[in-house]
Amino acid sequence: MAVTTAAAPSRPSLLSRLAESRNALGFGFMLPSAILLLVFLTYPLGLGVWLGFTDARIGRPGIFIGLENYEYLWDDSVFWLSVFNTVLYTVSASILKFMLGLWLALLLNENLPFKSFFRAVVLLPWVVPTVLSAIAFWWIYDSQFSVLSWALQQMGLIDHRINFLGDPTNARASVIAANVWRGIPFVAITLLAGLQTIPQSLYEAGTLDGASRWQLFRYVTLPLLTPIIAITMTFSVLFTFTDFQLIYVLTRGGPVNATHLMATLSFQRGISGGQLGEGAAIAVAMIPFLLAAILFSYFGLQRRKWQQGGGD
Amino acid sequence: MAVTETGTTRADDGGMGYLQSVPRRVVTVYLPLLVFVFVLLFPFYWMTITAIKPNIEMTDYDRFNPLWVVHPTLDHIRYLLFETSYPGWLLNTVIISTAATVISLFASVFAAYAIERLRFSGSRQVGLAVFLAYLVPPSILFIPLSLMVFKLGLYDTPFALILTYPTFLVPFCTWLLMGYFRSIPFELEECALIDGASRWQILVKIVLPLSVPGLISAGIFAFTLSWNEFIYALTFIQSSENKTVPVGVLTELVRSDVYEWGSLMAGALIGSLPVVILYSFFVEHYVSSMTGAVKE
Repeated sequence: MAVTTAAAPSRPSLLSRLAESRNALGFGFMLPSAILLLVFLTYPLGLGVWLGFTDARIGRPGIFIGLENYEYLWDDSVFWLSVFNTVLYTVSASILKFMLGLWLALLLNENLPFKSFFRAVVLLPWVVPTVLSAIAFWWIYDSQFSVLSWALQQMGLIDHRINFLGDPTNARASVIAANVWRGIPFVAITLLAGLQTIPQSLYEAGTLDGASRWQLFRYVTLPLLTPIIAITMTFSVLFTFTDFQLIYVLTRGGPVNATHLMATLSFQRGISGGQLGEGAAIAVAMIPFLLAAILFSYFGLQRRKWQQGGGD
Repeated sequence: MAVTETGTTRADDGGMGYLQSVPRRVVTVYLPLLVFVFVLLFPFYWMTITAIKPNIEMTDYDRFNPLWVVHPTLDHIRYLLFETSYPGWLLNTVIISTAATVISLFASVFAAYAIERLRFSGSRQVGLAVFLAYLVPPSILFIPLSLMVFKLGLYDTPFALILTYPTFLVPFCTWLLMGYFRSIPFELEECALIDGASRWQILVKIVLPLSVPGLISAGIFAFTLSWNEFIYALTFIQSSENKTVPVGVLTELVRSDVYEWGSLMAGALIGSLPVVILYSFFVEHYVSSMTGAVKE
């Protein structure tokens, strides 16, 4: 829309002409963010890729060593384990978050008393700092005094305490559960917003045509919700894939690296171990996965939108 | 279909709810909802109850029911506030979050206005770039950033965080404010232009006053995000007195083998309170802008 280029009566002063020129003004207005982002985001991104090709350590600038870091990682079973863990963590947590979040959104979309109270309460896990809620989970998962074990024992479901974080399988399940707990609110609230844009009349029409509740959900709700699902899940997958805090608090990657994600491995090698180059290489190795996840969820879900004739 | 003033579409009261019997509704709606609320809130309850529980009750499940506290105590909180650096971490976090929020809001307002309303050539591409910048996760950037922070001499100072937090705050706030500015009618600006207002005057006197709700929610989001940030704070800060709450609680309160669960939980609870209070005041802003930002 070029309506806003109201031709001002030309005053010759350079300053005032600059102040009215959209491009000059746009440039000036963009300057603060552009400087911040170029210096602290674009440059480090490039620097990270470069570091991946060097043998830099903390306190020692590296020299170019080509693909050596990547060759080393290629033969490193811990790295591949972390890749596997990250994919497992992302896929299972995202699926659970999506299903439970959608369910919660559908529940909240019903006519409820205290609707806004429920909505406010449900968002809490998302608002509270992850590290702090993860510490609460750490205590809940305590090997000796876990309240979960206690409750299950009281109910007579198990006869000895569960070793939540000490056993590889349990540890994986536990961190995924904690991540799902934290992620549900975001998915639920955004999907709820999507649900509220669906006109009630479509449901009424469907009911008149004899659709069951499942059919209403499958043929009215789901197709209309797809665009929002695509965006919400893209974000969810992205943040789950690059998760660091939860693992760092709960297990630090243990037991025997069973919960090491690429981000935590990168931190362990790059910062704790001082091998900046190798850590950067692991971080760079996340990028293709991220791009794939973004493209997959974006295009995979976006296509249906125009299939049903909703414009692009 | 009634469109309420908050812009959300609501089913006219009742909707097709009358088709459902009450017992069925209890099973399909209320029961699952209660389970959800219970699961989502239980960790907070557990945090609170642990924070005021004497150590003896905490480790003896045979004599004391863990879900309740018989003799509540403030010992853990007293220990936290008077014998650790916790108050200092709180202060650091407040200062860093506030500074990062102010910087980010300042930069984002101009950027969002330029992209959304000035429509300079290439503004669409710049808008897309801002969106992509939001997708770059901190876990990829922290290693090169730590190198930069070190070279700039910012290591172990609050400035390391104040300057790096905007990398995720600016894209987010810009994106949110772009959506907000889009909802302000063009006509208002056109009128002002005809009346001879400069772009600067339009921004300051017309657009900004109209977008106060948007600014508030962007500010809350930015503050919450910087309050919750962990990986940069963990990497760039070393000395105890410069740490932020999440890092301090995790690295300083957890000592080798004795876990002070009481004070850990108290620390987690008190560290969560400011964002929860802030959030509870503005929850409607929060929800609507969060969903608005995603709806784009």
